[in-house]
Amino acid sequence: MSQGESATPLGKVRGLGSAQEGGQHWLEERFTSVALVVLSLWLVFSLLMLPDFNLDILKEWLSSGTGAIPMALLVITAFKHGLDGLKVVVDDYVHDEGTRIGLHYFLAMAAIAGASIALFALAKIVFGAAA
Amino acid sequence: MSSNPQRPLSPHLTIWKWGPHMLVSILHRITGSGLTVVGLGVLAWWLAAIAGGEVAYDRFTKIAGHPAGLVVLAGLTWAFWQHLFSGLRHLVLDTGAGFELRTNRFWSVMTLAGSLLATAVTWYILVGVGK
Repeated sequence: MSQGESATPLGKVRGLGSAQEGGQHWLEERFTSVALVVLSLWLVFSLLMLPDFNLDILKEWLSSGTGAIPMALLVITAFKHGLDGLKVVVDDYVHDEGTRIGLHYFLAMAAIAGASIALFALAKIVFGAAA
Repeated sequence: MSSNPQRPLSPHLTIWKWGPHMLVSILHRITGSGLTVVGLGVLAWWLAAIAGGEVAYDRFTKIAGHPAGLVVLAGLTWAFWQHLFSGLRHLVLDTGAGFELRTNRFWSVMTLAGSLLATAVTWYILVGVGK
């Protein structure tokens, strides 16, 4: 279908069809959300079941397999889900394309940095305890 | 983006009568953004403090135990439960169910009531155990 300069923005968008990425993003947000129902409830109930929040008790819990593995999964899944969510918020309220791409980039870097800090700390707890 | 800022916008946010479903919808976005920025920030900091040892962990508990810190933690607890219940509602809505006016209204109100109740129970256990 040919479109001249006279086409309206809506007409152009209709001619182009979808960007083919929205569905994947939408699905991934749901996949992570279902995983987070389990992982976040695991964290809340684990914290509530600890006798107290003493450093030694927390270290013992987080350095065990039943503490460290769900915590690592929670960190990765939560940062991914949070990034997906904030990107949608940016998409909805930031209309300038350059600013939008810049913010997406900043959010992605912040999420990767945050997840890395959390995972490094967890690794230090796990392997520091063994030494 | 090819938009003309000179064109008038139709009023949308200002002309609707507020209902529980609208409140729950915007709260989902606000709590999700808050949980990502503040909640994941606290989670990463908490893990880093545990990994850092006595001094770092003492500093964390001192700030978290300060009245202002407790307000933030209580707010995060409520945001977590609200986002969880609202998210579960969204997963049901994604299947195309629950859009009947009365049903939609009922479950919107239930997420609000549920999150307040769950927050109260969570902190009752936390304070009761004396952590």
